[in-house]
Amino acid sequence: MKVKTIALLVAAAASAGVSGSVLAQAKEQFIGLPSYRVGPYAAGGSGIYGGWIDYMTLVNERDGGINGVKLTWEECETEYNNARGVECYERLKKKGATGNTTFQPLSTGITYSVLDKVAQDKIPMVTIGYGRTDAADGRVFPWVFPMITTYWSQATGMVKYIGQKEGGLDKLKGKKIVYLYHDSAFGKEGIPVLEKQAAKHGFNLKTIPVAHPGNEQQSQWLTIRQEKPDWVILWGWGVMNPTALKAAAKTGFPREKMVGVWWSGAEEDTVPAGDAAKGFTAAGFNVAGTNYPVVKAIQDNVYKKNKGNMEDKSRVGSIYYNRGVVHGIITVEAIRVAQEKFGKGKPLTAEQARWGFEHLHIDAKRLKELGAEGFMPDLAITCADHEGSGKVKFQQWDGKAWKVVSDWVDADKEMVRPMIEESAGKYAKEKGLTLRDCAKEG
Amino acid sequence: MLYREAGQFKTSYAADQQIFPIRQDRIAIGLILAVAALVVPFVASEYWIKAILIPFLIFSLAALGLNILTGYAGQLSLGSAAFMAVGAFAAYNFMGRIEGMPVLLAFIGGGLSAAAVGILFGLPSLRIKGFYLAVATLAAQFFIVWALTKFGWFSMDSSSGVITAQDIVILGFRFDTPVSVYLLVLTIVVVMALLAKNMVRSSVGRAWMAVRDMDVAAEVIGIRIMHTKLLAFAISSFYCGVAGALYAYAYLGTVEPEGFNLDLSFKILFMIIIGGVGSIMGSFLGSAFIVLLPILLDVLIQDFLTGLLPPSISSNLQLMVFGGLIIFFLIVEPHGLARLWQIGKEKLRLWPFPH
Repeated sequence: MKVKTIALLVAAAASAGVSGSVLAQAKEQFIGLPSYRVGPYAAGGSGIYGGWIDYMTLVNERDGGINGVKLTWEECETEYNNARGVECYERLKKKGATGNTTFQPLSTGITYSVLDKVAQDKIPMVTIGYGRTDAADGRVFPWVFPMITTYWSQATGMVKYIGQKEGGLDKLKGKKIVYLYHDSAFGKEGIPVLEKQAAKHGFNLKTIPVAHPGNEQQSQWLTIRQEKPDWVILWGWGVMNPTALKAAAKTGFPREKMVGVWWSGAEEDTVPAGDAAKGFTAAGFNVAGTNYPVVKAIQDNVYKKNKGNMEDKSRVGSIYYNRGVVHGIITVEAIRVAQEKFGKGKPLTAEQARWGFEHLHIDAKRLKELGAEGFMPDLAITCADHEGSGKVKFQQWDGKAWKVVSDWVDADKEMVRPMIEESAGKYAKEKGLTLRDCAKEG
Repeated sequence: MLYREAGQFKTSYAADQQIFPIRQDRIAIGLILAVAALVVPFVASEYWIKAILIPFLIFSLAALGLNILTGYAGQLSLGSAAFMAVGAFAAYNFMGRIEGMPVLLAFIGGGLSAAAVGILFGLPSLRIKGFYLAVATLAAQFFIVWALTKFGWFSMDSSSGVITAQDIVILGFRFDTPVSVYLLVLTIVVVMALLAKNMVRSSVGRAWMAVRDMDVAAEVIGIRIMHTKLLAFAISSFYCGVAGALYAYAYLGTVEPEGFNLDLSFKILFMIIIGGVGSIMGSFLGSAFIVLLPILLDVLIQDFLTGLLPPSISSNLQLMVFGGLIIFFLIVEPHGLARLWQIGKEKLRLWPFPH
């Protein structure tokens, strides 16, 4: 008798608790943010996650959420550390009414650490401009989306841009390009594709590693002086970038002939180099500036109401901040797409959100509606191709700000895609995975 | 009262020399193990097991390894993370290159490889001491990570130097649920901790401590310095190597050489300094402090202070509080948490008549 009463009470309490929480949280979509705001990469982390949060605040404040579903989020400090990243992943996984919608760690190391876990837990991982390149093959990696552009696509885009400057890709023959890279997995990523590009276009490629962290580059620039290259591709990270720019100025190498990877092309990379950075060009999948309707909308709807995330408001519109806005746009648009399939105005599970990411299609018209025309490239994700357009824009540092100097430059997809498929195929074989048949999926 | 030993008589050498001479200790350890093995798997959530308990156990094992070298044999080392990396990469190669390799054997192989590398980098300890030795082990730290990144052979030519651990299958049983992995890690850590506890109570351990306290005197009483120091390096690296293999196989699944950087070595060193240098239990306490406290602080700050403070301040606040607590503990008890426990235990044994 007594046991029964207690059991009934417990059951009643439990059901009350469950229904209560469902009612209270029914109209919310939770997004876990594994951010980092301390340590050597804090500038990137605070800018990108700040921009992302501001965009989500904008969607909540201006539009009342996505079809009425409010976005909620919680940050978890990873310190850019793999073990902490895994802890954050596990902590955020079950939060919110329907669990974490997507995991975007902004760290290649953490990406690798949770690569298998996201497939088990069915949570889409979106790595915009970093992470594992061959995950662009959606047949092997259904849960990973290295969106907009991968390192390999970008490297081919850089070669194309250099070709444009030389007056055509056929003019590259016999030219000499130095690849100055951060000696790590990140830095070595560009080598295989650049070697192929060199064979294709007939330029000479010389690779020069810089040991981490890269604040000592005297011997490297001595070599560059002897080699007399026509161009230098700077594939740097953190303190390595301003050091390279200063060393180039000292060596007398023209900064106009230096092209940087997108992790070399933020204000944090050029300002410390002072005048030496003037003329330096860098690739990027988003541009700097507040001159875009989407950034204006954030200023009007978020910062005027004092709900902004950035303490230093002057960073609104910086490269990192705008990159965060791109993260926000992609996440929100994917949820919007998924809602159209699984029910408008309903919170989605992570599995449903994955469908949204896979069917994400942001064309020029949609970009205009979002106020992001020219702010980021158009993008179409399919079951097989998790990368999208692969386009980059080039911006030049004029001593005070980044100025766009090119249109969107396409990647050499005919070269990159087979490489991605080969590498992903190797992974699938190692893991004993069967490829998804994309023809059969809706 | 808790520790009243009245009536506990030792009537044989075996009874006198057992690991835990006090009955209450035996009961407590038995209870802890029973709870860890029988209760935790049913009670703890997936988050607790995967994100907190497994890394805690793995780091305890690594700290134990370093404690053997630094705490017992007195050789300061800054290369623990590198030895973990050797263990992880060696286990991966054993599994990948040898068809049908049993995973436990691969872990042991990883440990042995780490031991071999440890002996190699321990050679300078025969000539140099103290801080100078720390610098020599620092070389191991940088060299090993560099070599693992540089030569594709170690990562079986994966394009970015990152390895993905194979599945853990023992005798046909697949360890794929968090609980099963947790139990596997727990078993390995408990067995190795017991071995370590016994080792430091044996002639080997006494030789280590003699070398630590004064190596000239140790030599005079007939302890072979070279043999003792290199043995300490080998066993310590073996422990770190197994911890590294577990770190890759049971925790992260995918590891890159850069993940085993100097920061991790320092972290393990801090674990034994906070926990207690020269104490098996201290390794566990230190690991708990260094692994769990930052997570606790982050959770507390996220739960209670979000919205009140700007986000960058709340993130930095964690580091400040964490650093402050480390300094506080080192001032209050320079010999570590294990020493605090020891003092408390001695007081309890005499209570309520301290004089």
